[in-house]
Amino acid sequence: MIYNIPYIAVIILIVVGLYAVVFKRNIIKMVMGITIIESGVNLFLVTLGYRAGGVAPIFTNLPEERQIPGQLVLPIPQALTLTSIVIGVAVLALMLALTIQIYRQYKTLDVTKIRRLKE
Amino acid sequence: MNSIITHSPALLIAIPLFAAFITPLLSRIHRRARDGFVLIVLAATELLALLLAQDIYANGIRKYVFGATLPSLTHPGTMSIPVRIIFEIDGLSIFMVLISLTIAFVATVYSSSFFKKEDGLDRYYTLLLLVTVGMVGMELTGDLFNFFVFLEITSIASCALIAFWVDRGESLEAAFKYIVISSIGALFVLMAIGFLYGQYDALNIAALANSIQFTFIDKVALVLLLAALTMKAGIAPMHMWLPDAYGEAPPSVTIAVVAATQASLYGVLRVCFTLYGKGLRLNMAAVGWTLVGLGLLTIFIGVTMALVQRSLTRTIAFAAVGEIGYMVIGAGTALAAGAQNFATVALKGGVFHIFNDVLDIGLLFLVAGAIIYATKERDLNNLGGLAKRMKYTTVFFLIGLLAVAGMPPLNGFASKILIYESTYQLNPIISIIAILSSILLLAIFVKIFYSLFLGPELPHLRDVKEVPKGMLVAMAILATLIIIFGLFPGYVLQTIVDPAVAALSNPTNYINAILGGA
Repeated sequence: MIYNIPYIAVIILIVVGLYAVVFKRNIIKMVMGITIIESGVNLFLVTLGYRAGGVAPIFTNLPEERQIPGQLVLPIPQALTLTSIVIGVAVLALMLALTIQIYRQYKTLDVTKIRRLKE
Repeated sequence: MNSIITHSPALLIAIPLFAAFITPLLSRIHRRARDGFVLIVLAATELLALLLAQDIYANGIRKYVFGATLPSLTHPGTMSIPVRIIFEIDGLSIFMVLISLTIAFVATVYSSSFFKKEDGLDRYYTLLLLVTVGMVGMELTGDLFNFFVFLEITSIASCALIAFWVDRGESLEAAFKYIVISSIGALFVLMAIGFLYGQYDALNIAALANSIQFTFIDKVALVLLLAALTMKAGIAPMHMWLPDAYGEAPPSVTIAVVAATQASLYGVLRVCFTLYGKGLRLNMAAVGWTLVGLGLLTIFIGVTMALVQRSLTRTIAFAAVGEIGYMVIGAGTALAAGAQNFATVALKGGVFHIFNDVLDIGLLFLVAGAIIYATKERDLNNLGGLAKRMKYTTVFFLIGLLAVAGMPPLNGFASKILIYESTYQLNPIISIIAILSSILLLAIFVKIFYSLFLGPELPHLRDVKEVPKGMLVAMAILATLIIIFGLFPGYVLQTIVDPAVAALSNPTNYINAILGGA
């Protein structure tokens, strides 16, 4: 059970994020929703990469009693998460920049009022 | 020569990526120097792609390894996985790369004269080259996570390009919709990658395809991947971002985004036919039927919505939605048909239609851009009688509309007839709907043609002039390709489409190229 808690957190984060994106009317809240989904996915990747009793694959930091091939963890999920975080920052910056420009044009952040594109 | 071909998969990414960040520096020297540089870079990349294509058609799948060159060079931990990223290029990848690079080239030719009076172009070219890098990367890579990274590069760069006219609220709105859809889509893809990695300890598409078991989690991952990629490819019911983005972006950007959309469609094909390729003959029929249903819905929505639009670019954008549906029913029929003979025909039609759609819709968007450039008008009701003032543009629009509606002897006919023929064998109703929608599309565009170019001259359009040469050249390139593809469909099918279809229908070749056997 204790090992499943992160996965439950992942699901909660993603559902909360999707809820914010779909139902919130404020653009900033939608942006926050996307960021929350992203945190959920990142948490999922990190949780997948967790190995009980594993050691971080830093050669010089290896504990004395362990031999090298021992329990080094292949850090691919962590690498994926880092990449995903970097991409997430870029997307977040772009979305906020767009939000600023939208506010300048429309003088509102309410998506129901930002509707020049119809049909 | 040989070493150029060997390294060309890396160079296809590296050259435009490097050029993207040189361009702002060059524009400090002179505007012309920058435009010429971007053109030369894209032409060189295209040439490289053609060389690589020739090699692949002669010698089969090519791979390029970043990192551990030999599978035995493994990490000293318990796992025996070599740390590396592989680019794997087969007939389908190179087919898509040729499409993307051709479109990027045409877009650059067009924008060199379209944006003559605007500033901020140094960054514009940087972003255009980055979109190119993203698309080409998505199509070349053999690694699922790498695919995600390039997907994000494409969406970030194309979102910034859609918002190029920042002083128009509509562009910003469209760009915001696009970034919301594509970032959520990309996160779904990442989640699916997590599911697959958690089960099989691999990210390489070939390795995953080899060990896939069709467990429940695999199916969840498949649904996530398909949902995200069809959303990004603009397939109904998640098509609503597409007409906004296509309609509000500058036309040269639109055709780049059209090509990026096709790159997502490439993702759909790769996932269905290669990643889950083991089930090709067995349990993918349900997925096939779903795709057929979505495709029909897409065609229907696209065409009916195109009927009621008043803006020129939005009409074409909805027609573009409809056209995507044709490719999807092609691919879906191939999956649903399984081992029956017409599966290959359907796939051939669908894959060929990818190229044709980019050319036809691209040409129409460029013509729409030319009209906006010359008249500053977007509303169909305020336009008319342009044929006398803009002769060449009129001819190009005529070619584009006939091609989109699938009229012989143009290229749209060549691929649509394959789709009609094969879907008829799966279920006659599919092909009836497809044909009817095509006719409706013709009616829509004939109406638009009439209201744009024929009829009396409008007083406020008296002093409209033909557009500058660069734009005409760009349209001419697309029109020439349309005519060539239409006149010699057999040759085109044989040289570039058949290898792509063969790559899709034999996933074992893709797997064996990485995992030995060869």
